[in-house]
Amino acid sequence: MGAPVKLVYFAWLRERVGLSEENITLPEGLSTVADLLAWQQSRGETYAHAFEHLSIIRVALDQNHAHHDEPLGTPSEIAFFPPMTGG
Amino acid sequence: MAKPTIRVQAQDFDLAAETHLLTEGRYDVGAVASFVGLCRGEGDTLTALELEHYPGMAEKQISTAAEQACTRWPVDGLTVIHRYGKLYPGDQIVMVVATSRHRDAAFDAARFVMDYLKTDAPFWKKEHRKDGQAASWVDARDSDDAARKRWE
Repeated sequence: MGAPVKLVYFAWLRERVGLSEENITLPEGLSTVADLLAWQQSRGETYAHAFEHLSIIRVALDQNHAHHDEPLGTPSEIAFFPPMTGG
Repeated sequence: MAKPTIRVQAQDFDLAAETHLLTEGRYDVGAVASFVGLCRGEGDTLTALELEHYPGMAEKQISTAAEQACTRWPVDGLTVIHRYGKLYPGDQIVMVVATSRHRDAAFDAARFVMDYLKTDAPFWKKEHRKDGQAASWVDARDSDDAARKRWE
């Protein structure tokens, strides 16, 4: 088992998940960001709803944007959020 | 190469004061280009805009864009400030000020930073409306992605 990872959520993803952050040990075998997203969808109804439309979900690994096809690696913080609307 | 100043803060900012910091006592600067983004009232339907951000990553992403601008154009000074928290129609949200010897570098650097910031800096806007409907998150615009792609 790997070290616990901090998952953080923003905007409507935070509202749908019902948490702004959680510390969790990820299951073995998640090799890409897409694998991680599929795992999130499998975590019950709340997560399935929050992660329903994967194409509009952005992921940051240790505060760097990551495409869904990128390797997950071993980040200590993973963020999930919708497309950004700042400026 | 100029070292950009980046601030992510709840409080308001003063464009004139920030500009002064970049030009005071310098006689090599020939151009100042600035942009200020304001909270729109959306035809008097909006009561407030709530700006959520990802602390740490927000600063980091703006810094990356600002440093790229300083590498790409001969910029003498660059300051970017983005606010978060509850803002009201007419309030200032974001400012970019770039200084250079000549106008092209200042204009381009300021615009480049704004275009990158729109798509890459982790901020999200939620609109609170006068009609009492539930507050809603603003959708990202395709035109913002197109604006960013121009620079690639």
